[in-house]
Amino acid sequence: MVTVSDADTTLPDGVQRRTFEGKESLATRGEPVYGEPTDGSWRAWDPHRSKLAATIESGLDTGLAADDTVLYLGAANGTTVGHVADFAGRTYAVEFAPRPVRDLLDVCETRPRLFPLLKDAREPATYAHVVESNVDAVVQDVATRGQAAVAARNAQFLADDGRLVLAIKARSEDVAREPQAVFEDVRAELRETFEILAETRLEPFHDDHLALVARPR
Amino acid sequence: MTDDTADDDTATASDAWFAAEGAASAETEDLAEGAALGADDLARRVREGSAPAPDDWPTVAVETGFADDETDYESALREATLAAARATVRERERADDQQLIHAIRAADDARRTANELAERVAEWGGSLFELDGGPDHAGDEPEAATAPDTADAGVAYARSLADRDPDGPTEAHVVSLAKRVATLADEADRLEAYVEDHAPVVAPNLAAMAGATLAARLCSLAGGLEQLAKKPSGTLQVLGAEDALFAHLRGDAPSPKHGVIYTHDYVRNTHPAEGGSAARALAGKLTIAARVDHYSGDRRPELEEELDDRMATIRARRGGDGE
Ligand SMILES: C[S@@+](CC[C@H](N)C(=O)[O-])C[C@H]1O[C@@H](n2cnc3c(N)ncnc32)[C@H](O)[C@@H]1O
Repeated sequence: MVTVSDADTTLPDGVQRRTFEGKESLATRGEPVYGEPTDGSWRAWDPHRSKLAATIESGLDTGLAADDTVLYLGAANGTTVGHVADFAGRTYAVEFAPRPVRDLLDVCETRPRLFPLLKDAREPATYAHVVESNVDAVVQDVATRGQAAVAARNAQFLADDGRLVLAIKARSEDVAREPQAVFEDVRAELRETFEILAETRLEPFHDDHLALVARPR
Repeated sequence: MTDDTADDDTATASDAWFAAEGAASAETEDLAEGAALGADDLARRVREGSAPAPDDWPTVAVETGFADDETDYESALREATLAAARATVRERERADDQQLIHAIRAADDARRTANELAERVAEWGGSLFELDGGPDHAGDEPEAATAPDTADAGVAYARSLADRDPDGPTEAHVVSLAKRVATLADEADRLEAYVEDHAPVVAPNLAAMAGATLAARLCSLAGGLEQLAKKPSGTLQVLGAEDALFAHLRGDAPSPKHGVIYTHDYVRNTHPAEGGSAARALAGKLTIAARVDHYSGDRRPELEEELDDRMATIRARRGGDGE
């Protein structure tokens, strides 16, 4: 049932490539939440619905490992953060829009170490009294203007050897500009706080998105 | 644990969401005090608290006796964050789309009532002051003092009467009524400004594409943003045209091409021959916008671009007519 490929060297424990209904897919082990295909306790993690899955699918080494403590920014309805919580340790899910949080709460119900926080990721002081220091990874997918600034403000939560795994949506910064130009600005701004380790475009899963892995300077 | 007063960029144990409130206590009492905070207090601390920087809270929790061990800490954290998130969602939901709906309905009521009363004022005041006929009465506002024929002119006329010094009890009634029209029209203005401010918060994509007022009206007609998001675009297209729709279903009339979305520039100012296509295209995009707003809250500027492109195509068929 499990097919091993080269890319699996970058998969965290708890994430596997498995076959669902004849199609290979990333998978994690946990309660299904959005009608995704399942196989026993495994459930498919669809790169079309998750920028982090697309990042892993693109072969980028995210540095994520089983039982990592994770701060996830832009959790929305919990699609991706649910998969993260399936293999990670304590996972703090920050989202500022109340509506998607209703669904996020359902995802949290079956995951004892997934903690929802209805907070603005631009204001880390409003959750620094809850989120612990020295997290292993900050995963960010906020799709809003000022994505590099959000990452910089949240660098304070990262351990010195921690990883920022960031998805940048060009259109969120500026609909009219060339994605390449937007990404260049974002990289420059990120370099003030981080050292960029690797990056990849997320096509064909997500148009005009760039994924980056970085560590604090 | 609360007498630690380091400021600036370092967190202290008293910043923690689980820190006991009030005076410092002996270490042995910490556990009892922590417990005394109670589930509601802990959830409130998660919602309202803050810290200048994070700290190793799980360890602090065990050291101060709030939790027995990490697992115990995690279950307390889970309970508090879930309760906090639930409470905030409930609060904001109550605050958002239903409040917007009340506001737009109240704005419409205030506007309609102001206009109706303005008509009465115009009729009564016009007759009265014309009967009196004194140049001192009609003199200062010659235009407004003639019979107003639009709703705006009606309110303007009422405003002009509101400033008069009434001569005798009859005029006093008319002037008093005119004052009510003026304040009611002001109230309508303020309610509309509230809608302008709040529709983009409640439904950012819908408000960006439909305009705040139309976005609020669509929510109002559907009964809420969720209900709107669940409607097929054909239904959104004719929302507000229910009478025409029922007449059509009875076989008395052609099917309506649009409801309240007629007020959108893309329908109203498109050549009538393309009005149906324009209404369909607009309704399609507004439906997607409502769904994004309800289900994700994510801002999608590309939706507007797609709509603009589509409308440009539709309007080009008529060589720019109706622009
Ligand atoms: C593209 S969606 C995230 C999808 C999610 N990561 C997933 O894959 O399941 C972006 C989310 O970020 C949220 N967001 C945008 N700005 C934010 C901010 N300043 N603080 C918290 N959340 C924010 C939006 O409300 C939206 O739900």
